[in-house]
Amino acid sequence: MSDVLEAAHVSRYFDVSKPWLQRVLTGGRRAVLRAVDDVSFAIPKATTLSLVGESGCGKSTVARLAVGLYEPTAGSIRFEGQPLSAARAQASLRRRMNMIFQDPYASLNPRWRVRDIVAEPLRAFKILNSPREITARVGELLTQVGLSPADGEKFPHEFSGGQRQRVSIARALSSTPDFLVCDEPTSALDVSVQAQILNLMRDLQQRLGLTYLFISHNLAVVRHMSDRLGVMYLGRIVEIGPGEDVFRTPRHPYTRLLLDAIPDLEMVGKPRTPVGGEVPSPLAPPPGCPFHPRCPLANDRCRVERPDYTVARDTLVACHAVEEGRS
Amino acid sequence: MALLDVRDLTVEFPTRRGLLRAIDNVSFSIETGEILGVVGESGAGKSLTGASIIGLLDPPGRIVGGQILLDGKRIDNLSPERMRAVRGKQIGAIFQDPLTTLDPLASIGSQLTETIQTHLRLSDREARERAIKWLEEVGIPGARARIDAYPHEFSGGMRQRVVIALALCAEPRLVVADEPTTALDVSIQAQIIELLKRLAREHGMSVMLITHDMGVIAETADRVAVMYAGRIVEIGPVMDVVRHPKHPYSEGLMGSIPSLEHRVERLRQIDGAMPRLNAIPVGCPYNPRCPKVFDRCRVERPNLLDAGATQSACWLYDKVPAHV
Amino acid sequence: MSITRPTREKGALARFFDSDFFYAYRRSPIAIVSSLIAAICLFGALLAPWIAPHNPFDLASLNLLDSFKPPAFMAEGERAYPLGTDDQGRDMLSGIMYGARISLEVGILSVALALVVGVSLGLLAGYLGGTVDAVLMRMADVQLTFPSILIALLVDGIARALLPRELHEALELYVLVFAIGIALWPQFARTVRGSTLVERGREYVMAARVIGLSSPRIMLSHILPNVLGPVLVIATINLGQAIIAEATLSFLGVGLPPTQPSLGTLIRIGNDFLFSGEWWITVFPGIGLAVMVLAINLLGDWLRDALNPRLR
Repeated sequence: MSDVLEAAHVSRYFDVSKPWLQRVLTGGRRAVLRAVDDVSFAIPKATTLSLVGESGCGKSTVARLAVGLYEPTAGSIRFEGQPLSAARAQASLRRRMNMIFQDPYASLNPRWRVRDIVAEPLRAFKILNSPREITARVGELLTQVGLSPADGEKFPHEFSGGQRQRVSIARALSSTPDFLVCDEPTSALDVSVQAQILNLMRDLQQRLGLTYLFISHNLAVVRHMSDRLGVMYLGRIVEIGPGEDVFRTPRHPYTRLLLDAIPDLEMVGKPRTPVGGEVPSPLAPPPGCPFHPRCPLANDRCRVERPDYTVARDTLVACHAVEEGRS
Repeated sequence: MALLDVRDLTVEFPTRRGLLRAIDNVSFSIETGEILGVVGESGAGKSLTGASIIGLLDPPGRIVGGQILLDGKRIDNLSPERMRAVRGKQIGAIFQDPLTTLDPLASIGSQLTETIQTHLRLSDREARERAIKWLEEVGIPGARARIDAYPHEFSGGMRQRVVIALALCAEPRLVVADEPTTALDVSIQAQIIELLKRLAREHGMSVMLITHDMGVIAETADRVAVMYAGRIVEIGPVMDVVRHPKHPYSEGLMGSIPSLEHRVERLRQIDGAMPRLNAIPVGCPYNPRCPKVFDRCRVERPNLLDAGATQSACWLYDKVPAHV
Repeated sequence: MSITRPTREKGALARFFDSDFFYAYRRSPIAIVSSLIAAICLFGALLAPWIAPHNPFDLASLNLLDSFKPPAFMAEGERAYPLGTDDQGRDMLSGIMYGARISLEVGILSVALALVVGVSLGLLAGYLGGTVDAVLMRMADVQLTFPSILIALLVDGIARALLPRELHEALELYVLVFAIGIALWPQFARTVRGSTLVERGREYVMAARVIGLSSPRIMLSHILPNVLGPVLVIATINLGQAIIAEATLSFLGVGLPPTQPSLGTLIRIGNDFLFSGEWWITVFPGIGLAVMVLAINLLGDWLRDALNPRLR
């Protein structure tokens, strides 16, 4: 009821077949990419749900599904209790969600002045009409993200990466949304700038009561940001639960592998044994549990039967080994 | 004597708005068998330093001062042909994107044997055996069966292994690795780091590891150099730089990295951004962002000074008071 | 908080003179010379009614006694006719200036037509994709397999068959514009479609979609300004092509009538006298045409090189 966004059994497939003529000539078959496969989650108001995973795990597709850039192939997404497509049809609900993107060089139109970029949602939703009000509001928004109102006259290329990401955030906030989808918002930035942006996002969340869906491949960043955490592998959420629980007692073998693989400042000089193997192609995912070819705990059941969620305290884990108590 | 000795290296780019000094008086050395990490944010000059050493500085950039010595012999003033011979035989290079390093139209076997035969006098069969040995060494399963495969038939992680094999197959004494794991997923990155460490240990190779990822450096390097605005601001044993950084910039950098081990309410942040090359402040380049700045920092430029276990380019560590 | 150099507020003109584009221009002799020649041609043509020594269309001032005068530098030449006169006694220099005016008019109008049609269809095909894209691009492919001059001849032929003779003569200029413009659109459409495909996937377009902007609005205010760079290049190069196409049609006799002679018409008329010794009647318009088109093409090539590495 107080969930801002709720996804139930959401899947999204992409047809990545070669063109029809080429298929006929070379005898190729239709190819379907299961980018997101039966994913469910809910985000309570004023909290952050993070989704983490390696490239190709479907986390960015979830981000785009959550703001309606893609339609789900199956399942349903509800925003404030209404089906997402119905919610997006009403300007009054649509203005309450927005998105921050990864690449601060591509997410701002290079031909527009910053003031017009920030004001675009204001104009699109007809929130403010008089030029003077818009100018005042844009100045306010720029100040809120740590820029100065005079920066509105500049073009995006006159800013550094971190400053551009601040412009993106100002723009995302201009229609006073309460739900923001953040798709790898700091992965193109240097660490010291990343810290600025993460701190800014946390401050804004506390001050404005924002709800975040935060997508990242960087577990340390995710730990810093999230209340709840979902780990994705090959289009599925393999483990989801309160952030601290997942980090303290990771249950799924893949979550453990990820946590173990990250180089960390605390690890100076310590040896470790990296897990072998790579993520299989999502075009031909392995049968049964998608992680079984790399899993140290895999048995015959894992190779055939797809695991359902096991509840362990507040965490859901999709793993036979956890269910059978073998982990 | 150190294997690599870089002294007062200075690199400039002529532009239409004047000369840009991208690397300013950088000095460091790498011992035989040592892994030196070079860390810094984008634009700090770390990749250019690496490119200067392997002689692949993109024009119009050029070395305008200083020397680079490999085994006591200058390599910064060699002709392009002589430098090509040094590269490969004595210095290997690994870049971020394996796709741009490998020739998509040649099998990996032919690329490896060609490199081996350019630098070592071996028969075709011997070179091929050596190529297979190296593919096995970098952990490619079924190397003998896959040696005639083309780059696109390998996954990203496997391609980076091939690139490493290509850089090492002539057994160079120094390897310059520029962001070798940045394009890879974390689980693959861990495998590649392990591989580099093992090869350096077993073959007594020296490695210059350039990356923006402090975590990678912390796990891999023996010593680390922190670069800022084209200069080294701190250099020392990795443990000391990570745990007890002396330069305020290194301190800020370490503090701004979110940790996996514990969660903090706010990350330490360094306000502002690194200056552009055309607007580097007078005195210490970090002074406008530095929380510990004092008058001298705004006027006089600090060189590397002894600061306990590390060397730091910061006036805080000047034991002789400034003579006014 | 930022340490970047404070940039002074600059006007659009000052920004242009400070831009990399202007810097590249200043350092390219080819660009400077070709743009100068193109500018001279443009002004000579535009201002012909005011600066040309004679008015070749003013029948009252024509005197058959003045016909076939050689250029002024030859023995029988007269100062009043620097490039000589034609069979009607018209001054060649003035004829070329007025002819260039018509040639340029046809060229610019037909390129403008091709640009509007091509850019719109290219944007639609690239942004909407799917069936719209497939249909439009196959149309373009089919048209590109025919030489553009053939299409222009075909259109002109149809117009001749359909329109009554007087009406056709009066409308000939517009028929030509239509014929040449239609032959040139696929190039614009294909380029714009390609750039649109790239821009459509960029995050600023997604950001606009997230807040629910309509497709036409995204195409016009976001994508269009970002795909115009290459369009400018193609327009310049095509202007040369369009002028040549018009000259060819007029030379073949299906273009503009001698009552409103373009450069192509002048060359055709002069061609009849080439072997009777009055070479200047055809050679001077020919040189004029060649110089003008060469300057425009060189400028287009330079534009392509100057804009390419930075923008695309």
